[in-house]
Parts: sequence; structure tokens; C-alpha cells
Amino acid sequence: MTAKNSPKERRIILKHADDPNYSNRLGCYLREGGYEMLSKALKMKPEEIGAEVLKSGVRGRGGAGFPAGMKWKFLDRKSGKPIYLICNADESEPGTFKDRQIMYKDPHQLIEGMMIAAYAIQAKQAFIYIRAEFFEGARILERAIAEAKEKGFCGEKILGSDYSCDLVVHRGAGAYICGEETGLIESLEGKRPNPRIKPPFFPAVLGLYQCPTIVNNVETLCNVKHILEMGGDEFAKIGKPNNTGTRIWCVSGQVKKPGYYEFECGALTLGEMIFDVCGGLLPGRSLKAVIPGGSSAKILRADERFVGKHKDGTDFDWGIEDVPLDFDGPMAAGSMSGSGGIIVMDDTVDIVEAMANINAFYAHESCGQCTPCREGCLWMKKITTRMCDGDAREEDPEMLLSIANQIEGRTICAFGEAAAWPTQSFVTKFRDEFVKKAKHSKRSKNSLQLI
Amino acid sequence: MKLTKETLRKIDDVIPRYPDKRSAVLMVIHLIQDELGSISDETCEWIAEKLDLQPINVKELITFYPMLRETPWGKTHVRVCRTLPCALRGSYATCQKLEKKLGVKEGHVREDGEYSIEFMECLADCGEGPVVMVGEETFENIDEKKAEKLADQMLKGKLEKSAEFVSYEQGLLSDSPKKAKKSSSKAKK
Repeated sequence: MTAKNSPKERRIILKHADDPNYSNRLGCYLREGGYEMLSKALKMKPEEIGAEVLKSGVRGRGGAGFPAGMKWKFLDRKSGKPIYLICNADESEPGTFKDRQIMYKDPHQLIEGMMIAAYAIQAKQAFIYIRAEFFEGARILERAIAEAKEKGFCGEKILGSDYSCDLVVHRGAGAYICGEETGLIESLEGKRPNPRIKPPFFPAVLGLYQCPTIVNNVETLCNVKHILEMGGDEFAKIGKPNNTGTRIWCVSGQVKKPGYYEFECGALTLGEMIFDVCGGLLPGRSLKAVIPGGSSAKILRADERFVGKHKDGTDFDWGIEDVPLDFDGPMAAGSMSGSGGIIVMDDTVDIVEAMANINAFYAHESCGQCTPCREGCLWMKKITTRMCDGDAREEDPEMLLSIANQIEGRTICAFGEAAAWPTQSFVTKFRDEFVKKAKHSKRSKNSLQLI
Repeated sequence: MKLTKETLRKIDDVIPRYPDKRSAVLMVIHLIQDELGSISDETCEWIAEKLDLQPINVKELITFYPMLRETPWGKTHVRVCRTLPCALRGSYATCQKLEKKLGVKEGHVREDGEYSIEFMECLADCGEGPVVMVGEETFENIDEKKAEKLADQMLKGKLEKSAEFVSYEQGLLSDSPKKAKKSSSKAKK
């Protein structure tokens, strides 16, 4: 690693990913003890596995951070309808590239985690919904599943038990909204991925084909294997209470060494991540802002103070560098850890251009079902793009805020919030730059073009 | 519409994987688009009949999903990531360089049908931006300068064997000497 005292990675999920002697083939996985946990699981009662996952406190790694064990508990088992398991491998939140590493480099870990999870919830069939841009990823998974089937690790009568579960790879087609679990389900049913309204369409009750369905992220499902290996209680000792296990943080933007790094939850702060692990900023630059959890997360300004009270009543007073990297830290700072995508921006960044870039993304990706989101995202894009094209007006910041506020809370799915939060936080925290744009609309010489 | 036997076999293979035929529609579209390059109205009708759907049930997907096409891309399709993390590493300059070198604007196909460029939303490899995909291969850290070289290699038909440009996918192959190179550079981190 880098500096002497920099925090050390603890690789559980990515233990073998970058080992030059390790490949994504079954032989390598078996050599490292692969599928032993599946064999152990099949000798347990399904509900015992669920209890371990609940005890582990593992929270969903896809963005919302909801406890996975709790999600499983919500399953409607009384209806008698078949149960489905879906792995959300859409990995579409800008700034996130962790699931790619798992699927391309260690696909059997995901398959084992999924089969254990499928047995635990007694799923009839399991699906991996993978983004279409991962052409080779889908092929790797298909091949890995074929390898696993041949050895009896999935499919009919798994490892000679009475439990059967088929695993199918399903490719998306480039739409961000398919990362939203009910949109994903619609897409998997062969329809346009317009998200469903909750209630009543909680997937655990009315999911795929109106049957009880669990949708979990790739990293979450891999954790299931390790929870079984360590036991829920032991797993819960990794990280911090309510923030258990490791997390794979994806750092992108203007640092010397961007990349993916797996740490115990809360093992380091945002400052340590940027300045120690990632080697700091580019020469001569200073930190301007960080988006801590994928482009939907609210931006943190480098010179902000984050003051408040923890749930346990203790006070905190942080600068941006002090924000702990776990689930609760970025949340306490008024943002979120989301899918773990940390986007770093230095002082050369034209913040209005960065805003325009993000708004262009959301305008492109809105499914169009709800009017506030479909129209609002387009307006926000048009206004910020116009601002960068030399036609910024004094009233623009207020207009942007007004539109964002009219999207938030008025849409069927959380895309509305995901699109509104960046605008709300950018404009509120960098109002001076938005106001200035009306007078000096040109990008300064050392700023990169972002729109 | 004519499909190869291989594609037809794959289509028949994929449909029974799902409890409901309609679920197979995206996978069937992918298989056909891989062969034909795009999905015409006639193809929509064929797929609909195959899956007991109405043609509109297929058409509405083609017009929704960014990666489904009513007209084909060029013979070599280049995807450049536009979204913020890549933009912060210079992907706008990368895209402009590729447009100039390959002689086609993003979102378009060159007149002779050889090249097309798409300035796309996030390709989920943000740590190694700017990211450029040539066909189904992902090339990382393609700044403006490298984009020029990458385009040169493409134009000379030498990209596949290039030692300088090793795709993310190539780097994973265990028998590839490129894997060792890639892993050691990671280890240095």
C-alpha cells in the first residue's frame, strides 16, 4: 500500500479477484474451498440460514442499505406462490464499478452466494439481471453456470439434495432504471421497465409474475456465503454495529490512484481514502467537493462542517475528511454511501458544468412514466446546459431548485429523488458559482469540458 | 428476415429458460440484433409471433432501451463514456478526438458504414476513465492522446494484436501475458 499509516484493505469479497494465479474458472474456485458453504447450507434448515443473515446485520450493497436479512423476512410465504430470487447486476449508478470486478473475476463466488440464498428463501428459480454493456461478463457467468451445473452446484437436485433451482442470466439493454428493483422486474417480465408503485408492489409480496421475489445486489449475495462461513455473530464483528462487514468503495474522478478498495465498514475516513489510499489529488490541486455514494448522492463541499448528533446521542463535528466510510457516516453528513461510488472533484472543476453533466444523465435515463420526473429532469438539463453555453441568467439557481423540489416525493420510484438530490445540493452548496455563471459564463482555461 | 440456424437454435434454447415466454423477449432481441444489427418492423412481427405477443410489445422495447436499434450501427461501433467520472478524466476530449480521426460524429454512422460512435451514459468502469468500448471490448484510461493512437490502430486494423492497448476483457485471460502485466500494475497500487 501507500503511506506508512494508511489504513489496510481487508479483502473478503475481492480476496482472489486480482491474484495473478487465479482465474474465473471453476477449478480455481474449488481450489480455494469453493462451494463448501453451499454443501454446508444444504444440510441446514433454510430458516437457519435466514437467521444467520439477520444476525450478521448485513445491509444491502446496492444503494439503499436496507438490512438483507430483514428483506428476506418480508417474503410472503403464505400465498403458496413460487418464490423467485433475482441478483441485481445492473450496476448502473455512475461512479460504481465493484460488481463488475466480482462477476468478471470471481463469478463462482456470486453463484455460490446465490444458490445459498435461493435455498434459504426456497426459491424456485433464480435470475442474474446483468447490464448489457457487460458483454463478456454475461458470457463469463453463462460459462460459470454451465460449469457449476455439471458438478451439481446448481440446477436439478443440487449436490444430491432434494432442492432444485435453476439459475438464468438475463441481459438488460442499457437502461439505468432497470437498477430500480421493480423496474428490473418489469424488464425481466419482458416489458418496458416502468417501476411499480409501492404499496402494493413490494417485491417480497408481489414481485416477478406477481409472486414473492427477493432482489439483492451482487455484493450482498456474495456476502451470504461469507456469513455462513463465519456465522452471523462473527460477521457482525467486522466493521461497526449497524455497519457490518466490508464494503468495496469505488473511487473515481480527480485523485492520483482511482480504483476499487475493500475495507471493513468504518475502518477509514473519506480523507484517508482520498489522501492516503488513493494517493491524494493531482499535483497542485486542492479538494473542491466529493460525491460520496454514486451520482445520486448529495454532494459534500470541501469546506463544509458537518455537525449533529448520532443516534446514540453523542455529538459529532466533522470536516469532509473526517466523514467515516460506512453506511451511517455519509448519511450523518446529509448525504448517503449509496452504492459506494466516491466521485472526487478538485478546484479546477466548473461546478455548473458538473451539474449539467449529471442532469444530462438523469434526463436521458428517466423512464418517462411520472410527469414531474420526465419533464423536470429535461428542464434541469436544458437550464444547466444553457448556463454553460453562455446564456446563464440570474434567476437560474432559484428555477433549478424549484424544479428539483417539485420532483422530489412526487414520483413512483426513487429515481425522482436520485435526480433531485444532486441539483438541490449543488445549487444550495455552490450557489455563488451558479450566480456567477450569469456574469462569467465561460469555462476557465484549466477546467475540463464536462458538458 | 433470414436468420442463421445457429441463431434460431439459440433462440429456441433461451425461451424455455423462463416460466413465461414473454420474459425471453429481451434475450431474443439481443440474439437477433447481434446477427442483423438492428430490429426492423418485420423482425418485431416475427418475434411477436414467436412469443405469442403483439408486435407493439416488441416495438415498445426497441424504442425504449438505449442499446436496442431500429437502424444498425457501423461495422465497428465505438462507445465512449460521457458520464461525470469519465468526463472528469477528459472523456469529452476523447470523444472529439475519435470523431475527428474516424470521420464520424457521435450518434452517427460513417457514410461507408465502417465506423459509428456513441457518447454513452456510464459504462461502469469509472476508476479507469475515460473508458472506450470498441465493439465488445473495453479500453481503459483513454485520454485524448491515447484516443489518437487507439484510432490509428483501429484504422490500420491492428488493434486486436496491439501490445499497447489491452482490453479489460483480454487482461482477464489466464493464458494472456497481459494478465500478469495488468496484475502487477494493480499490485503496485
